[in-house]
Amino acid sequence: MSPRVVFPNKILPYLLVAPQLAITLVFFYWPASQALRQSMLREDPFGLSSKFVWFDNFKKVLSDPNYLNSIQVTAIFSISVAAVAMGTALLLAVMAEKVVRSRGLYRTLMIWPYAVAPAIAGMLWLFLFNPSIGSLAYGLRWLGINWDPLLDGSQAMALVVAAASWKQISYNFLFFVAGLQAIPKTLIEAAAIDGAKPFKRFWTIVFPLLAPTTFFLLVVNTVYAFFDTFGIIHAVTGGGPGKATETLVYKVYNDGFVNLILGDSAAQSVILMIIVIALTAIQFRYVEKKVHYG
Amino acid sequence: MAEPKALPPASGHDKLMIGQSKAGIYMAHAILILGILIVAFPIYYTFVASTHSLQTILRPPLPLLPGDRFLENYSEALFGGVGRIGGVSVATLLINTTIVAFGIAIGKIIISILSAYAIVFFRFPGRMFFFWLIFITLMLPVEVRILPTYKVMVDLGLIDTYTGLIVPLIASATATLLFRQFFLTIPGELVEAARVDGAGPWRFFWDILLPLSRTNIAALFVILFIYGWTQYLWPLLVTNRNDMNTIVIALRKMISFADADTEWHLVMVTSMLAIVPPILVVVLMQRWFVRGLVDTEK
Repeated sequence: MSPRVVFPNKILPYLLVAPQLAITLVFFYWPASQALRQSMLREDPFGLSSKFVWFDNFKKVLSDPNYLNSIQVTAIFSISVAAVAMGTALLLAVMAEKVVRSRGLYRTLMIWPYAVAPAIAGMLWLFLFNPSIGSLAYGLRWLGINWDPLLDGSQAMALVVAAASWKQISYNFLFFVAGLQAIPKTLIEAAAIDGAKPFKRFWTIVFPLLAPTTFFLLVVNTVYAFFDTFGIIHAVTGGGPGKATETLVYKVYNDGFVNLILGDSAAQSVILMIIVIALTAIQFRYVEKKVHYG
Repeated sequence: MAEPKALPPASGHDKLMIGQSKAGIYMAHAILILGILIVAFPIYYTFVASTHSLQTILRPPLPLLPGDRFLENYSEALFGGVGRIGGVSVATLLINTTIVAFGIAIGKIIISILSAYAIVFFRFPGRMFFFWLIFITLMLPVEVRILPTYKVMVDLGLIDTYTGLIVPLIASATATLLFRQFFLTIPGELVEAARVDGAGPWRFFWDILLPLSRTNIAALFVILFIYGWTQYLWPLLVTNRNDMNTIVIALRKMISFADADTEWHLVMVTSMLAIVPPILVVVLMQRWFVRGLVDTEK
């Protein structure tokens, strides 16, 4: 990079970064460092004294069957949300690329759920599928399905996955459409002239060329399923029934804020930090790669 | 857009590319319409429910067409006050949420444009250190530091205040990175010319940099407004009083599946009022929204 033309000023730049730095230090770094410290402390039951226990809290958390269950729940939840939300969005985006008529209208109608808060998305779906008053639950029972997400763990999971995926379709749709538009039409037409049928054209040309977008969305959807869906879980199932939908973030909240087990909650926070750092690192490595595809 | 060129001006009609069949196009429309039905149905159904009486809602299945209680339900919720959330009216909640969403969007834009300005257009000791300090906050979302951040809020007396709802959320690495990225594309000659003409840093910022950043600011504003409007965990932590709740949190409090006295018609009205403003922003500012979405994720 060539040396930039800059303003010769000694104090002004510090004043300019000051507001952001102040907020960052007070609300990000200080709490994060407290979480780190707390994760290695154990308090007595009265909170009067605490002692330094190194990694004992981590050992305790990682050998706790409830925590392992929560890891499993999070994995199932995230994979399902990413698969459903990305699969649906990809199908719709490919279809939207085919048509010209009312393309703009389709896009306008497709982006609505992006503006809906995750917790509200959850509540809308719960209202539709609530066993006592939900009309679609009524339909399921009419079909002979014993539907009660408030008692059945896997049905509760299906419900939160549906709500979380529904909300994320808009986002994935917009990125897949952008990715599809970047693929040269001549490539696809050439394959068509060679006699490749639509499905084959998709698998051998479009899908591989879409790989950067797909990979990027995979990371974003994982982050979304891990962190942004707290509202859905909290509003719809509260982690239940049993612990069938208790994700990692919900458990941090529940242990720290509701059950007040500080050391454990802090250790879980630190584990989550490590996960976010890993995901961010993957995302940024990928951004460099995206340049090659243009 | 990859629309075929050099064709008669009857645009807006489907034209076949090589290898496309008429049947394939119809099929595409059918799948898209089905997709939109799935995407729109929960919202439409909520609207329908919000226009029926509580008795109708409690006896599923609900009719597919709106009822005749639109005015009664909406005015009851907006101005009457809802029992389950301490008699607070939905109008109060809407005002709170609007203040929070605007506060977060505008606050984030101001502090990040200032710090990006400092980092790009000045040279000072610690510049890169500050940049990294801001950058790393990407990896520290609220969710991973719930309890200690809550403690800071209590110590500073920020529980149940607008400051508490807004300020901790306005430090944003993404917005700073976005502005930095954009500022780096501004040619050095422009700065030089401004300086030769005797413009100081403030003059340059107001008269040149801000006007140039207009589109970026609009795009970012849409994304951040939605972000602020849909916050959940943070308002849940820092509000106790019912009249300081945002609409999303209040909605959660209004619903109880355990007992039968949930006022579902009011819940549905509140849901509609909670989702219509951000949907309007996204739809009306669609051009900036799509741009902002793609930019902030780069």
